[in-house]
This record gives sequence, structure tokens and C-alpha cells, in this order.
Amino acid sequence: MSVDSLFTQPGLYGVTGALAIGIGVYGLIVRPHLVRKIIAVNMVGSGVFLLFGAVADRAAPGPGGDPVPHAMIITGIVVALSATALAATLTLRLSRETGRTALPPEPEDPAVQDKES
Amino acid sequence: MTAFPLLDPALCFVILTTAVLAVAIRTVFAAVVSFIVFGLLMAIAWVRLGAVDVALTEAAIGAGLTGVLLLSTVARIAKHRADRGDDVPILEGPEPDPAPTDPLPGLATQSLAIVLSAAVAAALVAAVALLPVPAPGLVAEVGSRLSETGVESPVTAVLLAYRGYDTLLEIVVLLFALLGVWSLTADARWGGQPGLRHLARPDGVMAYLGRLLPPIGLLVGVYLFWIGGYRPGGAFQAGTVLAAVWLLAVMAGLVPIPKVSGIRLRLALVIGPAVFLAIGLAGYPLHGAFLGYPPAIAKVLIILIEAGLTISIATILGLLVAGAPEERPS
Repeated sequence: MSVDSLFTQPGLYGVTGALAIGIGVYGLIVRPHLVRKIIAVNMVGSGVFLLFGAVADRAAPGPGGDPVPHAMIITGIVVALSATALAATLTLRLSRETGRTALPPEPEDPAVQDKES
Repeated sequence: MTAFPLLDPALCFVILTTAVLAVAIRTVFAAVVSFIVFGLLMAIAWVRLGAVDVALTEAAIGAGLTGVLLLSTVARIAKHRADRGDDVPILEGPEPDPAPTDPLPGLATQSLAIVLSAAVAAALVAAVALLPVPAPGLVAEVGSRLSETGVESPVTAVLLAYRGYDTLLEIVVLLFALLGVWSLTADARWGGQPGLRHLARPDGVMAYLGRLLPPIGLLVGVYLFWIGGYRPGGAFQAGTVLAAVWLLAVMAGLVPIPKVSGIRLRLALVIGPAVFLAIGLAGYPLHGAFLGYPPAIAKVLIILIEAGLTISIATILGLLVAGAPEERPS
């Protein structure tokens, strides 16, 4: 229960996971290109997996480790790929239909939306 | 760990550097490449944490297949631009971000994003620092009844015996994702081959690798499937390797991707979930519960499920990366 636990091996990887999540969140908000948003979401996912795995590693350090979190992370990686594939296909459809690779800016005023539609 | 005391800090530093690059670098293509490097370094981190199963999956899926998927997405976006007559060369023109048409968020939004992401990261770091000691775990519980599952690899036992339900639903999620991808096909292109048609030079490096690597990949894939009962490996890693060599042969122009309407393709897609469900339902009469395996034949049943899953996972992952049909059926 202290800052010291951050300087152990699991703590180090836990912090790395947390920072990767932060970097991903920033990229998701700031980058307009949809492929970059997909990368950012995947980075958040990878960070979550690493944080989870590092935290679980404290209970069973060394090779082998706790198989339950490992199995959950493997499941998570596979599901992340399927979500990424769906998002990439949506991006491609948008690009083919409109030529855009970013979402249009949201109208500030609901009245503007009504006028356009 | 004692031999290289700086290995872990150095690895974490490089991981975060590639993460920053993937977000900050100028072109989308470079961002995808940075993300692939990030994924491969993450696989090494998993080895350092003793999670070899996760490392195999991260290298094969997190970095490998996701990388191919994103690279082909960038290439197809460039092709769409070219088809529309926009002045962007397909190969020489990496997609810049922001594109001239894409608005960047304002300075206030960017500052708020920095504050928000820093707060998220700080809160998570604090959570890691404040975790209770001793850490809880399920190692003893998994080990105590491992012999009843018939498999020796604890991760495989969790995936297919203890938490078989999760894995059954996972393969259904994969199938649903593929249905989602296919349903985004434009009407006129339905029934065609998934993805773009690949034309590699017959004497090029791609055609060479497309011939050289698939036999090796097949061997590695079957090995990973079989070894999953004993050591790190299993249906997901094996299926990914098989999907990768299939895609390689497709990109080399050596084999066509079957049409989405083909009956054999659809059988390959559903054989894994179908075998899994059938054995799960057989658990009622055999062992009194859904997905209950009688200990005497548990190993055989798990291998059967894994064999079906390997075929379906390889097919689904390959088709997910190939994407929706982009050309009219000929």
C-alpha cells in the first residue's frame, strides 16, 4: 500500500499500462482521422490488458502466473481485433461513400441540424 | 531479471515512446507502423511478466493481424481517393493527418484532452500504488482440479473447461463481427470476393514469401494447436497463424479468397461454434451440466473443440482482415 510498490516489476508494467491508456485517450479525443481513432482505442485496450496483467502478476510472479487473468486477456485481445475489423470496415464504407476519413463536426445549434436535414 | 536490471525500465520506456509516436506522428501510415512496433514490444512485456500465452496472442493478433488490417485500410482509403480522382498518388502519398478537409479540435479542446488523459493515467497509477497486499489470486484453485480437465496447460483449462462459456460466446462474437463486416458490403458488390483483388508481381518478394512461408506456417499452426493441451499455445494462437499464412498466400496472388456466398466457406465458419455447442449440450446427459465434460474423456472432447475452433478462428480472422467485398462479382 505504498509508492514503493510502483518500483517493483509488476508496478512498473502497471504504470506503463496506465500511461498507455492516458496516451490513447488523448489520441482518441484530439486526432480526427478515424484510423488514428481506431489505433487510439486499441492502445487504450492494450494498456488495460497490461495494467490488468501486471496487477494479477503480483499474486503469482514469475513464469506461469495466474492462468485466469491470462485467459481473460487472451479473450480480450481476440474481441478487440473483431471490434477493430468492424470499425475499419465502417471507416472504409464512409471513405468510399463520401471521400471523408473523419466524422463531420457536430453542429453547435440544433436548429442548424434541422436546416441541413 | 537480476542479470539485466535495466531491461524492464528500458522496455517500458520504449513501449511508451512508440505509443506517443503512434499518436503524435504526422502521417497515418507512420502511426500504423508505430502501433505495430508498440504491439510487438507489448508481446515482449508479456514474456517479462511470465504470460507466454498472452505474448503469443499479442504478437500474432494485437500486432500482426491488427497491423495488416490497419495497413490495408490505409491502402484502401488511398485507392478510394484515387478512384474519386483526388490528386493523391496511391503509394507515394501517405495519408496526412489532419487531412485538409478534416478539422482539428480547437486549442481549448486540446488542453482539456491533455488534462483529462493525464487525470485518467494518474488515477490508474494511484490505483496500482494503493492495491492491497497480499494480492488475491486463483492459482491454487486452478491447479487443484486441473487433472479432471485432462489438459496440462492451466490457461487452456481455464479457456475450455473452467470458463468454457466465455470462449463459446467469444467465438460467437467473432462470427457476429464478421456478419457485421459483411453487412457493410455495398449492394452491387455483394457475393464478390472479400477485400481487394491482390496482384503481386510473379517474380516479386511477395510471391516468393507467399510460396516459402505457408508450409512453415501450417506446421507452426498445427503444432500450436496440439501443444495447447500441454504448454502455451492453443486454438486462438494456432488459428491466427493459419489465418496469417492464408492471407500471405492471398496477397501474393497465389490463391483467391473464396466468395462470401460459398457453402464450404460458410461451413468452415460455423464448424467451431457448432462442435462447441454440440459437445456443450452433450454435457447434459453425460455429466449433468451444459459444457460438463466427463473426466474420462475430457481431454478428447477439449481437443475436438479446439480442432473445430482452430478451423473456424483461422477462417473468421482471415475474412475479418480481408474485409467487405470491394469489387463487383465477375
